[in-house]
Amino acid sequence: MTQKARLEEVRWHGRGGQGAVLGASILGSAAALYEGKYAVSFPSFGAERRGAPVQAFTRIADQVIRTRSQIYHPTRIIVLDDTLFGVVDITDGAQAGATVLVNTRRSISELDIPAGLNVVLLDASAIAQEIIGVGIVNTTMLGALAGATNLVGLDAIKKAIADALPEKIAGRNIAAAEAAYWEVKGG
Amino acid sequence: MAKRVGLEVSVAVGDAAKLADVDVVAAYPITPQTHIVEHLAELVANGELRAAYIPVESEHSAMSACLGASAVGARTFTATASQGLELMHEVLYVASALRLPIVMAVVNRALSAPISIWCDHSDAMAVRDSGWIQMFVENGQEAVDNVICAFRIGEDRRVLLPVMIHLDGFSLSHVIEPIILPEQSEVARFLPPYDPPLPLDPEKPVTVGAFAPPFIYTEVKWAQEMTLEGAKEVILECWREFANTFGRHYSPVESYRTEGAKVLLMTMGSLSETAMVAVDKMRDEGKEVGLIKLRLWRPFPFAELRQAVRDAEVLIVLDRALSFGGPGGPVCSEVKAALYREARRPEVVGFVGGLGGRDISMADFEEMVNQGIKLAEAGSEREFEIFGVRE
Repeated sequence: MTQKARLEEVRWHGRGGQGAVLGASILGSAAALYEGKYAVSFPSFGAERRGAPVQAFTRIADQVIRTRSQIYHPTRIIVLDDTLFGVVDITDGAQAGATVLVNTRRSISELDIPAGLNVVLLDASAIAQEIIGVGIVNTTMLGALAGATNLVGLDAIKKAIADALPEKIAGRNIAAAEAAYWEVKGG
Repeated sequence: MAKRVGLEVSVAVGDAAKLADVDVVAAYPITPQTHIVEHLAELVANGELRAAYIPVESEHSAMSACLGASAVGARTFTATASQGLELMHEVLYVASALRLPIVMAVVNRALSAPISIWCDHSDAMAVRDSGWIQMFVENGQEAVDNVICAFRIGEDRRVLLPVMIHLDGFSLSHVIEPIILPEQSEVARFLPPYDPPLPLDPEKPVTVGAFAPPFIYTEVKWAQEMTLEGAKEVILECWREFANTFGRHYSPVESYRTEGAKVLLMTMGSLSETAMVAVDKMRDEGKEVGLIKLRLWRPFPFAELRQAVRDAEVLIVLDRALSFGGPGGPVCSEVKAALYREARRPEVVGFVGGLGGRDISMADFEEMVNQGIKLAEAGSEREFEIFGVRE
């Protein structure tokens, strides 16, 4: 069996403590457990510190995923913290037309993003602050991702959040994801 | 029914030890193995696993505690990596010579110095001759399945040897992927309780690990060698039985798209999966390239290896360790030795790469194949090539 079908490679950018690794994992679970796809997720391999720039990755495909090398040419880029622009090369290696989903209050002209990419901006921090009560945006951004792309559906995201988080906080995180989904959809 | 769940491979390895219903875990945390023993400590602390968790002050003590536990008949598990494995080095030889079926997950990591927390196989190669059964897994499912198999193999009365399951640090241990965890009841049927022939028991005293003067030492070592070599039959039997029960097949040497292949790549560990994708691409381009994956490292599967490579013209072996001042990669050097007496054998080209976590991508494997073919044709004065080094 060869892997001719599209391999989705998602790169998450955040700062240590913002939940990029968990976000990457929930995305993988949503695709693999609730949409019948195959997925793997992994952190950037190394020592990480709270507040320092971190990356996490999710690979999603319709077939068994065998590639275990790092991700060099992402098809989707999720940015949890816009202060990372100028600190790390956010769009490094991005495939043409790749989705760049950014949590920001700034406008596209204020962010350094090369042409040819599909940029989606939203103020996920505000949504998370209002609905969850803290500015941790990984789950909110997952809802936005479901709204902005056909990568994974909102239902799968909601179920995977429910699996991953303690009952006490899962509900609010799901609500935040849903709010972001509709904000991006323009509903 | 066992179902597919998304799990970090380290956590799944801990769950596999739990499914095997281990009695004792003695371990010391070290990156990138920490998540395995953390998870086990948690399972014991919250009552999900009825076992003694012995926190120790070093890996030397961890393996020493494992010796004692296994000697009284407890099913014993531990995990380590890199410098931790080195620190338990001398005790490893005692475990195998005392015929104690301890199971250890080794999350492969480069040896210092300079300090590297990332993967290569230098830790595994440093314990190559320790008398343990050793295998390398390429994904999380294989790790889970083979931790369970390891207890059945090691505890078999025909074997009674410790088993190391090698899994690549980070690129395997820290990946979250879909894994099927078997049901506890299925595992219990597959893996009977450990029934040691001569446990340490104050009621029936025995001496274990006695002094051996020259008149008997050689015989003990020969018996150990015969047992390890003979363990291959038990390993094959276990894997057959595992396939019958759980539907997943394992073999000592695995061939991937080797039919009619003039050129074969050979890998061990998680890089095998990336190499498979590279082989797919090259096959699609009409190149006659296949892949050999070496899973069983000790006992070395001589017959299976010879059979797997006999029709190839070039065999390109990738090692993730370096034997300084020697023949390059330990795996390649053993492959060459295994083929020495064969009338028909491929030209063997050895690469050393992927050291200290250096990524090997699909494109790198293609490059390695292209370089390997050229080297096989032109010949080289070097014993091996180092892949992707900046000079």
